[in-house]
Amino acid sequence: MIKYLMRRLVSIVPVALGVATLTFAIIHLVPGDPVVAMLGDSAAPADIEGMRHQLGLDRPLLTQYATYLGGLAIGDLGESTSYRKPVAQIVSERFPATIELAAAGMFVALLIAFPLGIVAGSNPGGAADMGAMGFAILGISIPHIYLGPLLMILFSLDLRWLPLTGRGGFAHLVLPAMTLGTALAAIIARMLRHSLIVVRASDYMRTAIGKGLSPRAAIVRHGLKNAMTSVITIIGLQMGSLLSGTLITEMIFSWPGLGRLLIGAIGARDYPLVEGCVLTFAMTYVVVNLATDVVYALVDPRVRIS
Amino acid sequence: MIARVRNPSLTIGVTIVATMILAALLGPLLFRTDPLAIDLAGSLTGPSLAHPFGCDSLGRDMLARVLWGARLSLSISTVVVALSLVVGSVIGGAAALAGGRIDNLVMRAVDIVLAFPGILLAIALAAILGPGLIDLVIALTAMGWTGYARIVRGEVLTLREREYVVAATTLGASPSRLLTRHLLPAVAGPLAVQATFGIGGIIGAEAALSFLGLGAMPPTPSWGNMLDAGRAFLLVAPHLTTAPGLAIGLSILGFNLLGDGIAQRVGSRA
Repeated sequence: MIKYLMRRLVSIVPVALGVATLTFAIIHLVPGDPVVAMLGDSAAPADIEGMRHQLGLDRPLLTQYATYLGGLAIGDLGESTSYRKPVAQIVSERFPATIELAAAGMFVALLIAFPLGIVAGSNPGGAADMGAMGFAILGISIPHIYLGPLLMILFSLDLRWLPLTGRGGFAHLVLPAMTLGTALAAIIARMLRHSLIVVRASDYMRTAIGKGLSPRAAIVRHGLKNAMTSVITIIGLQMGSLLSGTLITEMIFSWPGLGRLLIGAIGARDYPLVEGCVLTFAMTYVVVNLATDVVYALVDPRVRIS
Repeated sequence: MIARVRNPSLTIGVTIVATMILAALLGPLLFRTDPLAIDLAGSLTGPSLAHPFGCDSLGRDMLARVLWGARLSLSISTVVVALSLVVGSVIGGAAALAGGRIDNLVMRAVDIVLAFPGILLAIALAAILGPGLIDLVIALTAMGWTGYARIVRGEVLTLREREYVVAATTLGASPSRLLTRHLLPAVAGPLAVQATFGIGGIIGAEAALSFLGLGAMPPTPSWGNMLDAGRAFLLVAPHLTTAPGLAIGLSILGFNLLGDGIAQRVGSRA
């Protein structure tokens, strides 16, 4: 297991380097002058030169790239032009809110997906299956930007059960987590149903039922465990949508996380901050993917060996 | 009794998608109200005979805006998917044929693009390129090509080993004949499935970018920026979010069902 872990850890180094390079390239190579964009077309040439010097943009590209990578290595992401604070500091202040939202979204997804998937997969073709899968296809199709306002109208404005926006206690978390988790729940439920149907046809399930286990107990004790590998795979594949979903959800619910920071930074043309946010999102995704692979290896010993 | 449909996903999917395309093509011709005409007296009014979907905060007709939004949404997603399909297929096919180091390099590049979660890469590109429809297409294509590259590369690699392809090569079939007679039929199914889901995905991504102010800019009616504008009036005029929201959801649903249906038909994917 340790050998597998080491191998996976080493394998993310080139990807991480590639992510850092592509982020740098987007900010520095894509046409358009960030300094002119920051200061406006009517800015005095001297001011533009001054800002360019301050940001180090007047140095050769390779030098800038080397400085950027060197800074990354020690956790230095440069200084935000709008906050006048180190980017790393701002990002680390906002990061917990995003992780909290993502975790809550995942929790809601699992909470919905498991009952739905098990009910559907235990009796495929039945009424409960049709209902669950109907809900699933709707859940996959409804976009965050509509589900969010819909939940707000229902639970905040009409019923007045939950706060409309912002971050606070548990109540503040419910609607954003539901917005974020619904699509994921639908996808996991579909996968769980599919793998339960496959598992049900296997010999060990026939044996389990043959030795006198009720079908329900057989599914819970033997079926679910074997269906888990494909469920973990789909969860891993969906982590990207979950992370970029937090970005949209944060904008809908004024949630003070990394996504809202990024969109604000784009509006303020604060390129060092944009760079830092994009990089943090992508690196988080790389690490989460690694974690998923490790969980996968823990659950399925076959993965470790190959 | 209604006869049981063999592939309900395909039937419902085709119906929804065809309706959406017809609405986008004919809607603005039949319902000729100007989507940009401002009428402050009609601000935030609900559905009526003259304005079936009501009016927005500037009194602009919501039905006209949703129909024009359909044109924008469907045309952008079709262009993006077509571009992604071409770019991805060429890169994936070339990588598989070149093999070795080049193949390795291309696949690493795919990994790096995929390391940007969801629409993050498109957001970053749109942020630097600035808002505008062409920039939006570039940003979404830069994000979308990888899936097609992977499919084509995978198919080419397995096909090269297939006996009938080896036989055709031995018999002296030209590369172009190999491509058109053997490769294309094999990749067409998986690519069609991927592209159909892809259109639904891009409709959602375009709406999200426009919602964030990084796509189509007001006053151009796009479902995403209409939803964003409607958020301020959730309590007084919920119809402002309902109309574009349902339009996005229904389109994505249609393409998802169509994708499921095609997948069942061509027998790829579960």
